[in-house]
Amino acid sequence: MGAQLRLLRRRINSVKSTAKITRAQELIASSRIVRAQQRMQAALPYEREITRAVTGVVSNAASVDHPLTVAKENPAKAGVLIVTSDSGFCGGFNANVLREAEALRGLLESRGMTVVPFVTGRKGVTWHTFRNREMGGSWVGFSRKPAYADAKEIAGVLIDSFKDENGIDEIHIVSTEFVSMLTQNVVVKRVLPLEVEETEATESTAIPPYFEFEPTAGDVLESLLPRYVESRIFTALLQSAASEEAARRRAMKSATDNANELMRVLTQQMNQARQAEITQEISEIVGGANALADAAAGKE
Amino acid sequence: MAKLRVGVVSPEREIWSGEADMVIAKTVDGEIGIMPQHAPVLGVLVEGGVLRVKREGEPELVAAVHGGFISVADDEVSVLAEVAELGSEVDVAAARDALDRAQASIEANQEDADAAIEAKRARARLRAAGEEV
Repeated sequence: MGAQLRLLRRRINSVKSTAKITRAQELIASSRIVRAQQRMQAALPYEREITRAVTGVVSNAASVDHPLTVAKENPAKAGVLIVTSDSGFCGGFNANVLREAEALRGLLESRGMTVVPFVTGRKGVTWHTFRNREMGGSWVGFSRKPAYADAKEIAGVLIDSFKDENGIDEIHIVSTEFVSMLTQNVVVKRVLPLEVEETEATESTAIPPYFEFEPTAGDVLESLLPRYVESRIFTALLQSAASEEAARRRAMKSATDNANELMRVLTQQMNQARQAEITQEISEIVGGANALADAAAGKE
Repeated sequence: MAKLRVGVVSPEREIWSGEADMVIAKTVDGEIGIMPQHAPVLGVLVEGGVLRVKREGEPELVAAVHGGFISVADDEVSVLAEVAELGSEVDVAAARDALDRAQASIEANQEDADAAIEAKRARARLRAAGEEV
């Protein structure tokens, strides 16, 4: 067997095993998306209720001043929570988030603020340590399956830093929003000082009821707002987890498609090489036989 | 008579939702009973409380609720709990274990705040399951 033929056969085998791996990854990611979506759905009622409660308090207790709702006059430091994934193999997922975070950094710095990144996900943490950027906090190990306790921990650090006199004055989140299996967008949201987001536009037209507070409006706000921030971070983590799997599924699908295409081209080349070898052998045999026949004819 | 629409939700899932005649919860100010036509209220719940939902013709629903809020408006009651567990879902042996452990660490160290909360939670879970504590 010719050397070229052997080489091609070896390449085809290696491409074939790569395709097997990427195909398996694709299937795993597909099943994970479904579970991540279910977790997102399960978290929805809580987020909706807490948003409604915060809207209720803020709208009929306008006189309540809380450190978490008041914007500082000269914000000097901004905290940016960057949500990335722990593992790779997910196409441009992390690159997109980090690019958006860089853009936000540029924007905030042009307003004269210094930016403190808080990073979740091993990929984002590596990106920052490689560039020797100092982080306000980093968390890894839960990007695929975030628990509420993780969101609580992150929110705790951010809120403490926010309440601190010399700490951060604003908190932004850069994360990936899961729109559908095919569409995921990187979004930037400001969490603190508080901007209450309406979950449904129709709700804002209804006049919120006049609440009584137990014990007082200030106390309720005091414990409600941190929960609200936690819930927002938790939602961002869940959406990011679902987006990560969707991005991974897409990346793995195109990798599998590429491998199959490569296999087709290589098989063709291999067949060509084999055919060329056979043709050459035949012509050598025929040539040899002719030469023998000619020699025999010359003798006679 | 009008009914209350009740939803008990935790950040990770919806625990229970349905109609009820009365909801009793424990806020930091004390027990609060909610019946239909109640004025809008937003209350902070205590750590390790027990929530009771009374329904006509059906057994009372009991849940252990740790922290969170209760909000009432237009006969809609939402209980937002950081952690919540229905009485029927409580693993009694595990809760008892947790209570014993927490009490042991309280005896060893009076200022152990975590253990105190742990003990409260375990007690609430046991009470929700209908056990004597």
